[in-house]
Amino acid sequence: MLSIKGLKVKLEDEDKQILKGVDLEIEAGKVHAIMGPNGSGKSTLSYVLSGKDGYEVTGGSATLEGVDLLDMEPEDRAAAGLFLAFQYPVEIPGVGNMTFLRTAVNAQRKSRGEEEMTAAEFLKVVRARAKELKIDAEMLKRPVNVGFSGGEKKRNEILQMAMLEPKMCILDETDSGLDVDAMKLVAEGVNALRTEGRGFLVITHYQRLLDHIKPDVVHIMADGRIIKTGGPELALEVENNGYADILAEVA
Amino acid sequence: MAEAAVKQTPTDAMIATLDMPQGGWSDAARRDALARVQTMGLPGRRDEYWKYTRPDTLVQAQALPAALRDGDDTVLFDTVDRLKIVFVDGVFDAEASDDLSLDGITIERLADATSDLHWARDVYGVLENNGQNPVPRPLAALNTAFAADGVLIHVTGKPSKPVNIIYRRTSTTADAMLHNCIKLDAGAEMTLLENGPVAARFNGVLEVEVADKAAFHHVRAQGRDHEQRAATHIFTRLGAESTFKSFTLTANGVMTRNDCVIELTGDDANATVAGACVGDGGDFHHDDTVFITHDAVNCESRQVFKKVLRNGATGVFQGKILVKAGAQKTDGYQISQSLLLDEDSQFLAKPELEIYADDVACSHGSTSGAIDEDALFYLRSRGVPHGAATDLLTLAFLAEAVLEVEDEALREEVTARLASWLERHAA
Ligand SMILES: Nc1ncnc2c1ncn2[C@@H]1O[C@H](COP(=O)(O)OP(=O)(O)O)[C@@H](O)[C@H]1O
Ligand SMILES: [Mg+2]
Repeated sequence: MLSIKGLKVKLEDEDKQILKGVDLEIEAGKVHAIMGPNGSGKSTLSYVLSGKDGYEVTGGSATLEGVDLLDMEPEDRAAAGLFLAFQYPVEIPGVGNMTFLRTAVNAQRKSRGEEEMTAAEFLKVVRARAKELKIDAEMLKRPVNVGFSGGEKKRNEILQMAMLEPKMCILDETDSGLDVDAMKLVAEGVNALRTEGRGFLVITHYQRLLDHIKPDVVHIMADGRIIKTGGPELALEVENNGYADILAEVA
Repeated sequence: MAEAAVKQTPTDAMIATLDMPQGGWSDAARRDALARVQTMGLPGRRDEYWKYTRPDTLVQAQALPAALRDGDDTVLFDTVDRLKIVFVDGVFDAEASDDLSLDGITIERLADATSDLHWARDVYGVLENNGQNPVPRPLAALNTAFAADGVLIHVTGKPSKPVNIIYRRTSTTADAMLHNCIKLDAGAEMTLLENGPVAARFNGVLEVEVADKAAFHHVRAQGRDHEQRAATHIFTRLGAESTFKSFTLTANGVMTRNDCVIELTGDDANATVAGACVGDGGDFHHDDTVFITHDAVNCESRQVFKKVLRNGATGVFQGKILVKAGAQKTDGYQISQSLLLDEDSQFLAKPELEIYADDVACSHGSTSGAIDEDALFYLRSRGVPHGAATDLLTLAFLAEAVLEVEDEALREEVTARLASWLERHAA
């Protein structure tokens, strides 16, 4: 599904290399987790994949179902099936959450040559999905993420994911700032979307999210590289011993 | 004195091209206004009040022609049940207008109201003259002297529907001056809608007397003809517990100067003036100039102006709140913001407060900014294309001004018009 080969990325405005050759192969139906200390390049990877400005790819490739992602506009990557749940969801005053969701859903449908959803259809679906995530009608009416608590913002990300039904979902620290109940809700939302055709990349630096979203593969990232790959037990090892052992082992 | 001599020339040249309607109740006001404009002289480039806007094309004797706009002819306010008054090239068109009778309101054409005694005598040129202090507005005095057409509206009750003045253009050269007077009796209410391009060049005055507990709502769209020029003035005086709300939508037009002069004279009155403006191109120049005087206790005033400027367009805002001694518990709010969609566009703002009372809450803010890149990326990452995402953020920026339109149906019409403009003027 998502295939990343030797990806090297530097900052556009600064002579700073952040990703130093990342290799990652995520198959449809699988959940991969990336863990790693702060500043190791996890968010950068997610931004580069989704097309944020400010980064320069200096080597390697990234493809989604064989299609080169790195040459595409962000909206085209989204239409191709890529979704990023932001570590820091953006507040957009003046744009209603509903308007935003409907515009996004229909823009993607249009670009794929599918029929747009009517207002009534959309309302029905969004209400049902929102209910599962305990997002109330009031929150849907408010401007995008404005005045939302940390947990509400993260649930709103998952709602967007549920509405857009992407093929490849990247979740960047979706657990940060969540209490246990909120984390369970989010995890349930994610698990509900786990299907054979969909791949997940879950970025986190705590093991606890992975108790709820059981990963198939765990990678450890440090200083712009994947330094170790293993099964779910690798997450437990990090939980118990921290990153120091792994870092020492590799060095 | 040399400057005065230089200024007299264009004023005389302009006056020489105009005919003053003679006789009747407005005669004295017109003569008085003529004398005033001769003393003041039309605005020149060196006038402080015209520092950011060149008055040249508005004061020269011959108006520059303006091409008629073709393209989509959707009519604003068409979804609203309203009484229509139509002006074509600045002249009342009875055929195209509705019957002017409506319960609670008397509407007359200025050109037809020739009796010697008329209620409008206490309004016509009176509010305009009040608004000449402390800053002269010679184009408004010129209008009082020479405007041959317009409407006089006396509101005695609560008419069942809005009055809509619709302006249409058929001539590329018409140079029009219209003067509208409205008097709302105590407790009366009305909504005035105005839309369409008036003329190649337009000089407009609207005087609104709002008596105690009366309410006046005004939504105006200034027409979308690209080459049109307009200098408009609103003068209003508010009685106790009264409400005045005026919103202006400006899309296109090479030169627009909108003056609004508000005087709060009765306690607990409430005035709002707001505008949303979208301009594209180096020829576009739009100026909102507001002067609000608080001269009573516990009054509230709001100024909310938003401008979207692209491809070298220029926006200007001059807004002043004057709180007189004794106008305690004044609440004055002023915000003027521009969204610059490129580096060539510019916004010039001059917010001012002058306060002579001590128990007052006044705030003002002015900003210029670009599209928020993080918000843009967030929208695009959800599949919203660059253009549509920019439009969505632009409309969101304008929304704060549009929200000042109280009626939801009208607000939606205004928003739809802005959205379609943004679609046509893709980045
Ligand atoms: N836009 C940016 N400007 C400056 N530094 C950046 C930028 N993006 C990332 N970095 C730097 O790159 C490194 C990796 O950051 P990031 O990808 O956010 O790490 P993580 O998500 O693993 O904590 C850090 O040193 C961070 O400061
Ligand atoms: Mg991060």
